[in-house]
Amino acid sequence: MSAAPPSDIVTGAINRGFAARASARLGGGVLRLVLIVVALLWLLPTFGLLVESLRDPAQFANGGWWNAISHPAQLTTGNYTALLKNHAITGSFFNTIKITVPATVAVVLIGSAAGYAFAWLEFPGRDWLFLLIVAMLVIPIQIAFVPVVKLFGSAGLTGSILSVILFHVAFGLPFAIFLLRNFFAGIPRDLLEAARMDGAREGRIFFRIVLPLGLPAIASLGIFQFLWVWNDLLVALIFQPKSEPLTFALASQTRQFGSSIDVLAPGAFLSLIVPLAVFLGFQRFFVQGVMAGSVK
Amino acid sequence: MSHAIEASADTAAVPAGRASPAPRPRRAPGEARWLAVAFLAPALVLLSALVLYPAGYSFVRSLFGDDRAGGIGSFVALGNYREMFSDPGILKALKNNVIWVVVAPTVVTMVGLVFAVLSERIRWSTVFKTVLFMPMAISFLASGVTFEMLYSDQPSRGLANAVVVGIHDTFRPTAGYPNVHARDATVMTGSAAIGYTTIAGYSAAATVILPMAGLDLTTAPPSSAGPALLPAAGAGPGGLYGVIWNDFRPGGGGHGNTVDAGELGLGGMRVQAVRDGGGPADDKVVATATADAHGVFRFPTLTSGSYRLKLPASNFGAPYHGISWLGPNLITPAIIVAYLWVYAGFAMVLLAAGMASIPRDALEAARIDGATEWQVFRRVTAPLLAPVLLVVLVTLVINVLKVFDLVFIISQGAGANGHNADVLATQLYSAFSAQRYGLASAIGVVLVLLVLPAMAFNIRRFRREDR
Repeated sequence: MSAAPPSDIVTGAINRGFAARASARLGGGVLRLVLIVVALLWLLPTFGLLVESLRDPAQFANGGWWNAISHPAQLTTGNYTALLKNHAITGSFFNTIKITVPATVAVVLIGSAAGYAFAWLEFPGRDWLFLLIVAMLVIPIQIAFVPVVKLFGSAGLTGSILSVILFHVAFGLPFAIFLLRNFFAGIPRDLLEAARMDGAREGRIFFRIVLPLGLPAIASLGIFQFLWVWNDLLVALIFQPKSEPLTFALASQTRQFGSSIDVLAPGAFLSLIVPLAVFLGFQRFFVQGVMAGSVK
Repeated sequence: MSHAIEASADTAAVPAGRASPAPRPRRAPGEARWLAVAFLAPALVLLSALVLYPAGYSFVRSLFGDDRAGGIGSFVALGNYREMFSDPGILKALKNNVIWVVVAPTVVTMVGLVFAVLSERIRWSTVFKTVLFMPMAISFLASGVTFEMLYSDQPSRGLANAVVVGIHDTFRPTAGYPNVHARDATVMTGSAAIGYTTIAGYSAAATVILPMAGLDLTTAPPSSAGPALLPAAGAGPGGLYGVIWNDFRPGGGGHGNTVDAGELGLGGMRVQAVRDGGGPADDKVVATATADAHGVFRFPTLTSGSYRLKLPASNFGAPYHGISWLGPNLITPAIIVAYLWVYAGFAMVLLAAGMASIPRDALEAARIDGATEWQVFRRVTAPLLAPVLLVVLVTLVINVLKVFDLVFIISQGAGANGHNADVLATQLYSAFSAQRYGLASAIGVVLVLLVLPAMAFNIRRFRREDR
């Protein structure tokens, strides 16, 4: 361009502007197309699972799920009606709820209390203790399996839902405390000082000021923990609760994968529909939680 | 509802407030300490009992063997670690973990970065980010089942293979008649390995019959084979034509070298024509035809001259079944792709947030100075983004070291091949299930040692940010 003769400067500039605009428009079109393809590619696996879960098992031998798109007659809700009659699966769905809800509530309550203490109460060793919490963020849960199974055994908790809940709460706490302490620390000091001046007790300050102001962070934490526990398979495999959660029940189906895809596909879809709804409903909080927790 | 709760909280709190004689600006230090204990106690009890004590216990436990009942055996010092680094299964898992740690975080971060940069330029970036982030909400179990299905060896179930087979067959069609051979040595010579060639030459308007045998009739015939048909002379548009079929009538009653009812045409068979009369140098293929479902093939362009017909060896190969994604070599990369599917959105969202916090002025200034978009990215965006990139990378490394569910589910679906995908976490689970608690503890300790650098990174980052 710099080598262009001086007389061409004006037209050159116009041409360049036109070329740049054209290539930008063309580039924009290509970019849009590429991103549409990427988005479709990302949706494809889940969509395939959905279609497979809606197919008549008798059709499985005749080809993959994509055949159902040209032959919608292959689709049926039969797998789902069968699934809803399968008490092992429906029962495990409710077991998952029985584990997830208490584990989430407990982490939020215990974590906020501790987060508040770390943010606003003076006590010796506070900073060192908090560094210990930061260190615990990345500790693999695997390190605790052997001793905790033994511990629960001697406490008579073997096979109970409580054992799974307690383990989830303990390993959810470092993240909860970390997230909430940082958020609570951002609450203006004047607000708390004013309340203390008015004679409010710490309990009242905690419930009436800190918790309401910390709601966005608490929502992020709650959703994050909810999904974490809902989706868990490993902890359930280790503690083997007699009331097994959905992931556990479905994982035992994968051993006979070929023969049980008519249970597995709708079951997997059932297990992901709740997290998906939570994600789409509270996306903002979830994304914030994940971003804050990019340490776990 | 919420009003009722607030009201009751008020009534409960008010008397307490009135009971205190005067507003107290500060509490005594002792009281504050007790308060802190009250707020911290539940968390500290749980963390000590279920995280700290077990971590310490596992370190000690890893130095002891196991008795048969799953109890503590004798002191073996580093015996469990020695076993870990000599057991071929665990070594394989260690190797896979190295592959995971080296490949997965880098690829996920790079893909996330590309998506973050590109999605800035579209109007529907929110939708795009939602779609890519969605797999994060889904359990690894569901993702595992999904990808197990996708990678299935059967082209009728696995989409990945269906696509690969489709592409392969478009460029290199195989009819897939593995056991079929020429029935009559006076018509054709050759073998399945090198293909067959007719002995005689044929000229236009002749009906060539190519009798074959060996089609497996005990199972359902391939969908490409239909009832054989002898093309009537002069029926076609001219040129050379003929029929290739399985000259065997189930149940008997057929005649040799005759198309009988009930015999199957070998549809999809590729037939090549070479000029007759020359030596091997003249073996040039002048036309190619593919038999239809009745076994009929035509060379409409060959209206004059004499030709010999060849059946290339590709006709007799087994049909192409695609790539064995979950076979010994590809299973770990295949699972890493599933992991990429889950975590690319995570990396993208974090990096997009990091990019949004880059001051607009810096970018504008560079653009005004005449920098191209690539230069802006290289010289301004990338350096300012480096801390976020590092955080994403470290987070993924920690995550990848512990990867379990995805490997567990997909390798279970892969059957006997599954063990090729093993990582430390699945080996730990196997050791745990086998009541080899000493060995399981040793693997756990190694996992902790592996995350220590990440732990140090986090602590340093936290102390810097908190200042």
